[in-house]
Amino acid sequence: MSSKPHRVGDGPVIRRTLIGLAVVLTVLFLFMPLVVIFTQALAQGWAGYIGNILDEYTLHAIGLTLFVALLTVPLNTVFGVFLAWLVTRFSFPGRRLLATLIDIPFAVSPVVAGLLYLLLYGSNGWAGQWLGQYDVELMFAWPGIVMVTVFVTCPFVARELIPLMQQQGRDEEEAAVVLGASGWQLFRRVTLPNIRWALLYGVILTNARAVGEFGAVSVVSGSIRGETNTLPLHVELLYQDQNIVGAFTAASLLAGIALITLAVKTIAEWRQSRV
Amino acid sequence: MTIEIDGINKSFGQFQALRDIDLTIPDGQLTALLGPSGSGKTTLLRSIAGLENPDRGRILFSGEDVTGLHVRERRVGFVFQHYALFRHMTVSENVAFGLKVLPRRERPSKREIRRRVHELLEMVQLDHLAGRYPAQLSGGQKQRIALARAMARRPEILLLDEPFGALDAKVRKELRRWLRSLHDELHFTSVFVTHDQEEALELSDQVVVMRQGGVEQVDSPLALYSQPESRFVFNFLGQVNALPGAISGGVLRQGDAWVRLPESCDDDDAELYLRPHEVRLTQEPSRDAHLPFRIEAINVIGAEVRVELRPDGWESQELWEVGITHSAFNARQPKRGDRCYAVPDVGHLFCDHLSEPKTLSWYEAAG
Amino acid sequence: MADTDQSVRPRRAGVPVSRRVLPGFGLSLGVTLFFISLVLLLPISGLVIHTAGMGWEKFWFVVTDPRVVASYKVTVLAALAASLFNCVFGLLMAWVLVRYEFPGKRLLDAIMDLPFALPTAVAGITLATLFSENGWYGRFLAEFGIEVAYTPLGIVVAMAFTSVPFVVRTVQPVLEELPPEDEEAAVSLGASDWTVFRRILFPVLWPALVTGGGLSFARSLGEYGAVVFIAGNSPYVSEVISLMIFVRLEEYDFAAASAIASVVMGASLLLLLAINVWQGRYLKRLHGGRG
Repeated sequence: MSSKPHRVGDGPVIRRTLIGLAVVLTVLFLFMPLVVIFTQALAQGWAGYIGNILDEYTLHAIGLTLFVALLTVPLNTVFGVFLAWLVTRFSFPGRRLLATLIDIPFAVSPVVAGLLYLLLYGSNGWAGQWLGQYDVELMFAWPGIVMVTVFVTCPFVARELIPLMQQQGRDEEEAAVVLGASGWQLFRRVTLPNIRWALLYGVILTNARAVGEFGAVSVVSGSIRGETNTLPLHVELLYQDQNIVGAFTAASLLAGIALITLAVKTIAEWRQSRV
Repeated sequence: MTIEIDGINKSFGQFQALRDIDLTIPDGQLTALLGPSGSGKTTLLRSIAGLENPDRGRILFSGEDVTGLHVRERRVGFVFQHYALFRHMTVSENVAFGLKVLPRRERPSKREIRRRVHELLEMVQLDHLAGRYPAQLSGGQKQRIALARAMARRPEILLLDEPFGALDAKVRKELRRWLRSLHDELHFTSVFVTHDQEEALELSDQVVVMRQGGVEQVDSPLALYSQPESRFVFNFLGQVNALPGAISGGVLRQGDAWVRLPESCDDDDAELYLRPHEVRLTQEPSRDAHLPFRIEAINVIGAEVRVELRPDGWESQELWEVGITHSAFNARQPKRGDRCYAVPDVGHLFCDHLSEPKTLSWYEAAG
Repeated sequence: MADTDQSVRPRRAGVPVSRRVLPGFGLSLGVTLFFISLVLLLPISGLVIHTAGMGWEKFWFVVTDPRVVASYKVTVLAALAASLFNCVFGLLMAWVLVRYEFPGKRLLDAIMDLPFALPTAVAGITLATLFSENGWYGRFLAEFGIEVAYTPLGIVVAMAFTSVPFVVRTVQPVLEELPPEDEEAAVSLGASDWTVFRRILFPVLWPALVTGGGLSFARSLGEYGAVVFIAGNSPYVSEVISLMIFVRLEEYDFAAASAIASVVMGASLLLLLAINVWQGRYLKRLHGGRG
């Protein structure tokens, strides 16, 4: 590699200092927490670890969490793709407002997000009262958990796609239209191949957030063991029961999903850069 | 300030960008570094500025070795290809930058800086744009501001990387003339990089033709055009008509084509190069040359009519091109597909056993 | 769907043909508006109606309750400290990741996103464990008399952790796109490294830094999961706003909860708007007024 000697901060002393500082801080601040999770989870050995996972309530929490993610992720993926298509491929009044609206779940505290749904669909809310006449209860049950999870995770796919699709422009799609492609052919054969890696990361990130949502879910779930307890809520319950190893065992599953997410991101970015 | 380059070498990994460059750039002249992309011309310019550190060799300004000197201390003016104006600064802040960053004891007063910036902007005739941001300027305006900024510290050497590369044809021509007159007025030593041979020939006092990291020829524009030292230079500086063949008994021959050489030459494989204006078109072959063609196309380009010719009964890699005047065109009315003959006046013979080309003239022979 | 069909239908006299070249405008607009209305706007309007119904006096009484006011202070100060830390740390990380090559760089880059991917509750119990008296960091810091867990400092740590990626990921692309010519031009005009950083690089970087810091601040204001485990949650000292809302909910005081929530949400939305507007203005200037 050729050195570029005239960029700022390329002197060996500054370079080594900054790299050293960055590595040390990252290890202390981001890497050590991961180490803690897994050492605590394995504090009673592998047998204890497996035993903790096979606990009845833990298994139920895993099941519920996967179920919620299974409903949330496809919904938000479809929405994210439509939104990204809309704001990057057309210009119309209100386009920027739409792009800003989608950031709301980012800015709103998860507890507030949960409260919003509780106020509307709870037994005192007008939608809740109306549904109550038909004996439909959404809050403190799995539909409520799904609803707040959709709210909290709806920006992620769109946020990954919008900058990329903006930068790619619409030349290729216009060329396809000129060549006679239909809407679906256009999307499947021109757009999708160009965005697939970013889309994949968006989906995986949505999944990670859906699986791990805590604040909003704890407002609307009621945390009933074996019924409305998702994995993050289960972590909290075990932790408060002073079952530290159990809590970290459940946490290690979530951390595993997080690590997979990071790995997918790294691969996706690398592949996307070669599209 | 004279610039001497003494045995410069520079590699980027496996790629050798500069190999053993020896070159003297005379004081007060405008020198062009000309070559195709990848020939090393920009790397050489950046090495002179100190933006690139050569692996071997020395660079001297007026006899003083500056090889180890940081770009900051070399005090050259450098104009970047895409101008590199600071986007967050206004035009006048851009121009003032070089003065504002001087060490405190050398730095002029605020008033003096303002005066100098004003003067520089007047010089580039853009004083009225002082408060604008670069994004609000046209390409030609950016170029002039970049120049004003580079000259703020009164450098004795001005280096320009493809100064007109990003501009459209008309602005290019204007700026070229303007730069020439500015140079004549201020007399610094200027070096500019270009891949456009016309620009190099029109603008400079001296042209350095580069190829694959080496210097191919250094000469004045006129000498370069009339006496190229190699096939590469010949090819690079404009249209070439070539007759490849073999010499035997003083005649260069290939297929139906032959040319009687006015000077004696040893028998060898050889190639005769002719510029479009060194050839005449006739309806009959001459005593000295038999070069039959079919007319392929006739293009009226401004003051000249350019005739493209396909060899008839012999071969050349590319079509021949000969320029004729409008009156000759009107008199003869050639058409596509017509048969005609080329008669050389002057030519350049590259023999395989000789390193230098031989310039031939048929004037005396004919006369 | 109507729009999709129009764009391929041949032109007929008197019928305006859609000017949109690409298909799917109607469909995507429909889907998007339906989704946004149902998922975002409907619940938010519910909160607005609910809060408006409680009357100004009661609203004021609830949101200025001394315990609540104390929680505002704790939250804002901690979020400010956390985002300041992240500005420095984020700038350092972005710089190192863009400018230097070294073994392990890919890994370092990947792990920057960990706080986004790791559930907040997991981050919470992990940080609490690390910084508790018996934890690896807590034991070390205790020797210097520094207590982190169950103090406001713990809140800062949790907030800083969960919002690490914001600054890194906003500064990184800007740094990547900086043309080397700008620096070379400045150096060839005689500027020192420090001057180049201060006058050429920093002015280009700081809008990204402010944006990233602002996002990090907004996120920290609402952080709940990571904070509750490490904060200690003692009234007037280490309660954050999100927790206050939760406390009111557990007391079945929906009115108070929604009043506080509307304050929080109003503040975050204003912040979001301010960041967007400010960023738009700045970009406009650099791109010649074409936005």
